[in-house]
Amino acid sequence: MQLTMQANINNTALSLLRFLRLVLSVLLLSVLWSANAAAGPVETFKFKDEATKLRFQVLSKELRCPKCQNQNLADSNAKIAVDLRKNLYNLLQEGQTDQEIIDFMVYRYGDFVLYRPQLKKQTYILWFGPLAILLSFAVGVVFVLRRRTKIKDNELDLSSKEQANLDDILNKK
Amino acid sequence: MKSIIRFIPLILFVLLGVLLYRGLFLNPQAMPSAMIGKPLPDFTMPMLKATQKQVGRDDLKGNIVLLNVWATWCIQCKYEHPYLLNISRNPRVKLYGLNFTDEHSSAIQWLKEYKDPYVFSIFDEQGALGLDIGVFGAPETFVIDHTGIIRKRFAGPINDMIWKKEFLPLIEVIEAEMAQGA
Repeated sequence: MQLTMQANINNTALSLLRFLRLVLSVLLLSVLWSANAAAGPVETFKFKDEATKLRFQVLSKELRCPKCQNQNLADSNAKIAVDLRKNLYNLLQEGQTDQEIIDFMVYRYGDFVLYRPQLKKQTYILWFGPLAILLSFAVGVVFVLRRRTKIKDNELDLSSKEQANLDDILNKK
Repeated sequence: MKSIIRFIPLILFVLLGVLLYRGLFLNPQAMPSAMIGKPLPDFTMPMLKATQKQVGRDDLKGNIVLLNVWATWCIQCKYEHPYLLNISRNPRVKLYGLNFTDEHSSAIQWLKEYKDPYVFSIFDEQGALGLDIGVFGAPETFVIDHTGIIRKRFAGPINDMIWKKEFLPLIEVIEAEMAQGA
């Protein structure tokens, strides 16, 4: 009896171990796979200093690949993105400012290349639209709440008869 | 007043519905070029068939110039090529090629094999001119008017239907402007 129980426990332990091994290998595989997926395009650029390298990284994340619908330059392997990265590198090495580079790209590819839309007449609705909606909702909420409290005040007022009844009850006690 | 308020959610819903319904039929790929209405930038580039010879903006002669961006790595360029041969016989326009980030020998081979529809092709090995006029890929076709202004950029291969729908009306507009002496 005791022996079989021991065997049973051993069995359970063994299957538990097997299960753990399976879980571990699945985890490991998924980690490896995601590491693989996260590896973007690799190029070697030699920057003149650390600051330029940082600016390259920021700009290539802020600029959208014109051919792709939703990938930035840093992320995309499209031919145009590769070319534009090279170009971005050249412009940076030439010592152009961020604004000059952005203007360069917008002149050729339009506002589409910017993930952060510029503030101008056509984009007012993008920048201030959400704020306007929020404000109008806030005004609406205040308006409705005010009206509701007014109604409640009226309802809560006791008529003179009710007041007399109440006084009666209180006095009896 | 109260009845109007009651209808506000419905009105908002209908407006949102109209907006989203319209969105279903928009083509997210269709993008107007930023270069439309701007002059063709000047350039100095070698000719594909005679690389020792440099050409520039002023060498694109003709009242209405079509600049077709092509490359041998571009599959759709092969598809539109027969139609380009067709356009090259059209006296209303002059068709020039912009060979974009391509290998010289295979580009020459391509023109030999499929015939050359272009007055000449510009050999833009690094894609510098392509970048200057906002090329995304190939094929793309730019329409440049008699004053050197870029009037249209069409991305994708041209066929008879697209030619009639996208290009002919614009050509007629430019021709009318030319007749007026604008």
